[in-house]
Amino acid sequence: MPKLIFEKHVNNSNPFTLPTCDIPLPELSETIPAQFLRNESIALPELSEVEAVRHFTELSTRAYGVDSGFYPLGSCTMKYNPKINEWAARLPGFAGLHPYQSEDTVQGALQLYYEMQEMLAEIVGMDAFSLQPAAGAHGEMTGIMMIKAYHQYRKDYKRTKIMVPDSAHGTNPATANVIGYEVIEIKSNERGLVDLEDLRTKMNDEVAGLMLTNPNTLGLFEEDIQEIAAIVHDGGGLLYYDGANLNGILGVARPGDMGFDVVHVNLHKTFSTPHGGGGPGSGPVGVKSTLIDFLPKPVVVKKGDTYGFNYNLPLSIGKVKNFYGNFGVIIKAYTYIKSLGAEGLKEAGQHAVLNANYLRHQLRDDFNIPIDRLCKHEFVLNSKKQSDYGVTTLDIAKRLIDYGYHPPTIYFPLIINEAMMIEPTETESKERLDEFVDVMKAIARESAQETEKVLNAPQNAVIKRVDEVTAARKPIVKWEAP
Amino acid sequence: MKYTPNPSSVVDEMLQTIGCSSLDDLFADIHEELKVKDRLNLSSGMGEMEVRNQLKYLAGCNIDTENYPCFLGAGAYDHYIPAALEQLLLRSEFYTAYTPYQPEISQGILQSIFEYQTMICKLTGLDVSNASMYDGGSSLAEACSLACANSKNKNKVVISDTVHPEYLDILKAYALSGHMEIVVVPGQDGHSDIDAMVKAIDNETACAVIQQPNFYGILEDPTAVEKAIHENKGMFIMSVEPLSLALLKSPAEWGADIAVGEGQSLGINLSFGGPYLGFMAANKALMRKIPGRIVGQTTDLDGKRAFVLTLQAREQHIRREKAASNICSNQALCALASSMYLSLVGDQGLKDIATRCHHLALYARQEFEKAGMELKYKQPVFNEFALKVNNPVNANRILLENGIIGGYELDDALLLAFTEKRTRAEIDQLVAVLGGIK
Repeated sequence: MPKLIFEKHVNNSNPFTLPTCDIPLPELSETIPAQFLRNESIALPELSEVEAVRHFTELSTRAYGVDSGFYPLGSCTMKYNPKINEWAARLPGFAGLHPYQSEDTVQGALQLYYEMQEMLAEIVGMDAFSLQPAAGAHGEMTGIMMIKAYHQYRKDYKRTKIMVPDSAHGTNPATANVIGYEVIEIKSNERGLVDLEDLRTKMNDEVAGLMLTNPNTLGLFEEDIQEIAAIVHDGGGLLYYDGANLNGILGVARPGDMGFDVVHVNLHKTFSTPHGGGGPGSGPVGVKSTLIDFLPKPVVVKKGDTYGFNYNLPLSIGKVKNFYGNFGVIIKAYTYIKSLGAEGLKEAGQHAVLNANYLRHQLRDDFNIPIDRLCKHEFVLNSKKQSDYGVTTLDIAKRLIDYGYHPPTIYFPLIINEAMMIEPTETESKERLDEFVDVMKAIARESAQETEKVLNAPQNAVIKRVDEVTAARKPIVKWEAP
Repeated sequence: MKYTPNPSSVVDEMLQTIGCSSLDDLFADIHEELKVKDRLNLSSGMGEMEVRNQLKYLAGCNIDTENYPCFLGAGAYDHYIPAALEQLLLRSEFYTAYTPYQPEISQGILQSIFEYQTMICKLTGLDVSNASMYDGGSSLAEACSLACANSKNKNKVVISDTVHPEYLDILKAYALSGHMEIVVVPGQDGHSDIDAMVKAIDNETACAVIQQPNFYGILEDPTAVEKAIHENKGMFIMSVEPLSLALLKSPAEWGADIAVGEGQSLGINLSFGGPYLGFMAANKALMRKIPGRIVGQTTDLDGKRAFVLTLQAREQHIRREKAASNICSNQALCALASSMYLSLVGDQGLKDIATRCHHLALYARQEFEKAGMELKYKQPVFNEFALKVNNPVNANRILLENGIIGGYELDDALLLAFTEKRTRAEIDQLVAVLGGIK
């Protein structure tokens, strides 16, 4: 078991040294009144540089990224993160820019930002974009704030509800709630799609809008999207597009053409920026012209040959994030879009869908696939066939770890019992997919014949399964000096 | 350039396997009229060398802090980042990983977050830290939401306008929810109007907020506000600059219930404003209320120490329409950068850096006064202060002509920040140029 960095502390071992400086160095007690000075010491660990480097290197060997292997996490779009993107974001001309520098000193950054707004608008069929939100959920929040601001501006105060399908990502209802809306859940029909009758019944003049993911979390395209849009719009509501699954239609179809009024995209999913172990991401928000006035400020505009910020947006919802968004992430996504171009983006979308359907086809004999028809970028299977042997989806996921894979998303979407949601992405080769199929088939076999192996998995990981109950009941959330 | 590994012959083989005759067949469930005709109106793809040239060109159109001394602060600071940190952060097991939902395969990320949480607790003196949030401004808004959600009858946020103006803008946007009423108390002479804040606090006040050092770089004494808000059973929230905590009283020592702030100073590139690091720490009573992820220590089946995401019942994927926050990610890589930073500079190093920043700011103040210039405010500062100038825009223009990135433009002053990267020579030049134009 590796030690925590605090357990590696050695007094006076840290070599950090400031440059020499010949200015007066008065005692702090002379320059800062005593009431402001810290009494308790911080007690950060002290290590030599080599030991600090080894510590973090060791931690990295106990992590698993896309570069380590196949990562079929449904709804997370774990595609390859091109290295040129990382190089670009680290250029001193980008990484070394202070956000409050004058516009004339950051023209290259503003041009990139402006072009990115334009390119994203084209890709999803919207009229304008803000790149400010820091993540998908943050983009959702920004979008729902704009929907609220729109209705309030029209003095339509009775719209206090947001509709969300029962297959939605958990962030959708959570977002609606934090923006002060009551959440109305819309049922899915037996085909895994929005139940139009339920939608019609629930749409009324108290509903501000519908949040929808398309393809949805079952990986299915909402074929009735035009009718869905008509029902919501005819009732005076707006349509929100959760872009988590944009990769399934990338370059092929656009939310804007389907009737969506506001969308967020996840640069860390569809546009290849790394997930960073949980962030940073970036969740730009695009709108149709009806909502442009409500975008967060500032937006980047082009004036002749120069670029600048426009803060003069009197109806703007204000700001959702400091400065202008996760610029370092935006650079990577920009590099990706420039690299792939129009054809490359479409091919990415097509191959993502091909890979998902190929896996679905190859796994259908050994695993139950509750809705087994043409899918987009992902599909959902479950452990129904294995349950006879007492094997759950969790067990299968843990056994995959033994075989060197990151498990798919499990127990989501909630509308499928024991769900396992598989999204291979377009950056996996057929060989990789075939290897995965072989392993899944092996696990299916083991479930029947060598059940203990599956139930006791993982055995080859750095730890066995963990005691999550004690972790939650008696939380230890920081290290305490002995 | 493309990153799809299957050549067309393999694609055809796969199509055949699944019973499709073309890639178009895969989209038969999308109405024809919804499909993009021909292709998106974007440029064609580029090879790596070409795209590299394009990015290099754009980066070259900017003036950057690597090549120009920078005196801008106002919530983002030009600190030195150790070489070891930049190298370690490129370990792709870290940066290409997803959220550590599967603990057996993610111990490295989970341990790094546990260490980060511990360091934030050490800096703030508080009991529990989440795994990080988007940035300083949104963390503050989340803290205020938490305070309002935590009490049935309280929804008022009393906040000084000496807090970063963008943080106030973000807070106001979050208040669109209708769950919070924001009462902004105007400051006076560059610091919070403590008496007015105390008067504004009543039994409907969920929290009172003070930033330390405040937006103008000045040290605030929030003692009376802390007392008043606690007497009214509300929460005291401080937004703090983490580097300053090497010298300054911790939020816990001031009696804060929640501390938030921007962690960019701790080893994170300026990057034109993001990605940065929002942190949030709170006292023990809020452990199950604090938004975002938390990593906890537990054991595996063999009794070995292990780490896992915990207390998730608070989170959006379980509570869905009842969740008080919709945050479902963190800034893990930025949090990792900050714990690498704190480990590489160490306890004494952090104090040395903070002290150097402070000394350089004091030196500049002294030199400006010697040059006959006037400080906008005279109170004690950490590493930032406002200097009176007649025309801040013009002053910055002239500084730039002299190869210096100047300060943040206030109405009649420049807000100047000093980091350990600045030298005496750079400050002497700054004083000479500004002294020449006044």
